[in-house]
Amino acid sequence: MAEFIIRRALQALLVLLVMTLLVFFGVNVIGNPVYIFASSECDQACLTAIIEDLGLDRPIWQQYLTFLGNLLQGDLGKSFTHGIPALALIFERLPATLELAFAALVLALGAGLPLGIYAGLRPEGWGAKLIMAFSMVAFSLPVFWIGLIMILVFSVQLGWMPSVGRGETVDLGGLELSFLTLDGLHHLVMPALTLSLIMMAMVIRLARAGMREVLFSDYIKFARASGIRESRILGVHLLKNILIPIVTVLGMEFGGVIAFAVVVESIFSWPGVGKMLIDAIAVLDRPLIVAYLIFVVFMFVILNLLVDILYSVLDPRIRFGGQER
Amino acid sequence: MSGARPMAPAGSARDLAARFLADPGAALALAVFLGFCLLGFGAPLFAPQNPYDLTQVDILDSLMPPGSESFTGMTYWLGTDGQGRDMLSAMLYGIRISLIVGLLSGLLALAFGTLVGLTAAYRRGWVDTLLMRIVDLQLSFPTILVALILLVILGRGVDKIIFALVVVQWAYFARTVRGVALVESAREYVDAARGLRLGGLRILFGHILPNCLPTMLVVGTMQMAMAISLEATLSFLGLGLPPTRPSLGLLIANGFDYLQSGRYWISVLPGLVLLAIIISANVLGDRLRDVLNPKL
Repeated sequence: MAEFIIRRALQALLVLLVMTLLVFFGVNVIGNPVYIFASSECDQACLTAIIEDLGLDRPIWQQYLTFLGNLLQGDLGKSFTHGIPALALIFERLPATLELAFAALVLALGAGLPLGIYAGLRPEGWGAKLIMAFSMVAFSLPVFWIGLIMILVFSVQLGWMPSVGRGETVDLGGLELSFLTLDGLHHLVMPALTLSLIMMAMVIRLARAGMREVLFSDYIKFARASGIRESRILGVHLLKNILIPIVTVLGMEFGGVIAFAVVVESIFSWPGVGKMLIDAIAVLDRPLIVAYLIFVVFMFVILNLLVDILYSVLDPRIRFGGQER
Repeated sequence: MSGARPMAPAGSARDLAARFLADPGAALALAVFLGFCLLGFGAPLFAPQNPYDLTQVDILDSLMPPGSESFTGMTYWLGTDGQGRDMLSAMLYGIRISLIVGLLSGLLALAFGTLVGLTAAYRRGWVDTLLMRIVDLQLSFPTILVALILLVILGRGVDKIIFALVVVQWAYFARTVRGVALVESAREYVDAARGLRLGGLRILFGHILPNCLPTMLVVGTMQMAMAISLEATLSFLGLGLPPTRPSLGLLIANGFDYLQSGRYWISVLPGLVLLAIIISANVLGDRLRDVLNPKL
């Protein structure tokens, strides 16, 4: 187990290094880094000062090492518009995004899993057909369009749901959370539902496919033969096995959720990191943009690592599979 | 199909077309998709107004609901947007941009991905391993995340969004084509071609590639639908196309500001068109898969 985790961690580190290379050279070769760190009022003297300050007269590999050194110390530069370190700003906004993402995850699993299992148990029924049609539509419609229609119907026409912001929040150990107040929950429903639809569609498909596969496997037959209750077969033996692909895909898609959160947050004016990115782009707050990119890549690689580890805990075959091949 | 003539042999183009159209949903989807292609590419012919010619747009006509009449007596059948542009015209031009971006990025990704996939399947060994590692890495990142990062770095532009879409899509083609090419190269006809001492490249492009085409067509249709949807999303965020080339996504974004005040048509109408295009392309892809049955 330890060996597996170390091997995976080293791989993750390598990917991370490659990604910092890509972002660094992407920003330096395509965009001019001087303008990333200079405000628009900067004159020639100030530009020269910045060039020297950033060490842009040095060879590019040296610059990369400096960048990497700063990165290791958690220094990603200061935001122009907010005047505080970019990383601090990201951490300030992150709880809102994570709350939204987890709410979406809970919705996707809470609704998707039962629906998928039902569709897998009775694949020919009209209920299953309806569920699969829903999953296809939810999967192919653009997220922003769904959010837009929700606002139009539930906020503008019916006036049931608020369409802007987080509502009232509760401070819980330094974390501002919405879902603990009624007003906050009210604000959370539409953005979370919008964000969860793609995941929900995926969970439905995977659960259904998993059911079709596992339902006819030998160990289920044996479990039935030895007289285990149907509810236990369904709740323990089946569920455990269909969860493996779902955990992987959801883990991999969580990065996608963070990216789609950018869309959802800007539609519902949800004050998370995604909204921050779009605002930063609008005012060309480049240190903040770079910091966001590095942060998201970092988070994504860590997530992938966690999924791999979780996966190997759920399914021991993965851990030992390496030697067989 | 006419009853007097004998059935076209199975697998021929005519037979495939007949089977494809046997499903009314697929036939409708094809009609809808081709219809939008016609409307989009013929936009300058059909549009009552050139929405980007400022002399034809009157700011006094802004935010008029569908069916309103302008001072000059022209009817805005689908209303006008915040700058007084005729929505019908703006949408026709928007369809054109959306389709161009979707088709072009799909084709380029198809070409590049197929080349990589065929190379991997043909060379095998370390080339295959290396290429497929890159594909795996690319596919492990969510599509929208990579496209978002690329466009944040590159900025707006038709060429830039097409580049970003190709980057996020080629790997799907590469992996699928490699899979099919590996299966095909184990078939007897390839052995026969080798027996005839045909060159490796000739076998690859003349014999294996044509047999990959059905799969490429299916994946291509699906990916094109995804490209159109992705472009709309990115443009909605203000990351995709420049405001001078408004696609459907950008039109929806423009209308979003007016949605709260009940002026639904500016956002909803282009949204419905976008939906129709994406769904019809998805249905086409589904049906193509059923008919061509590449084991996907």
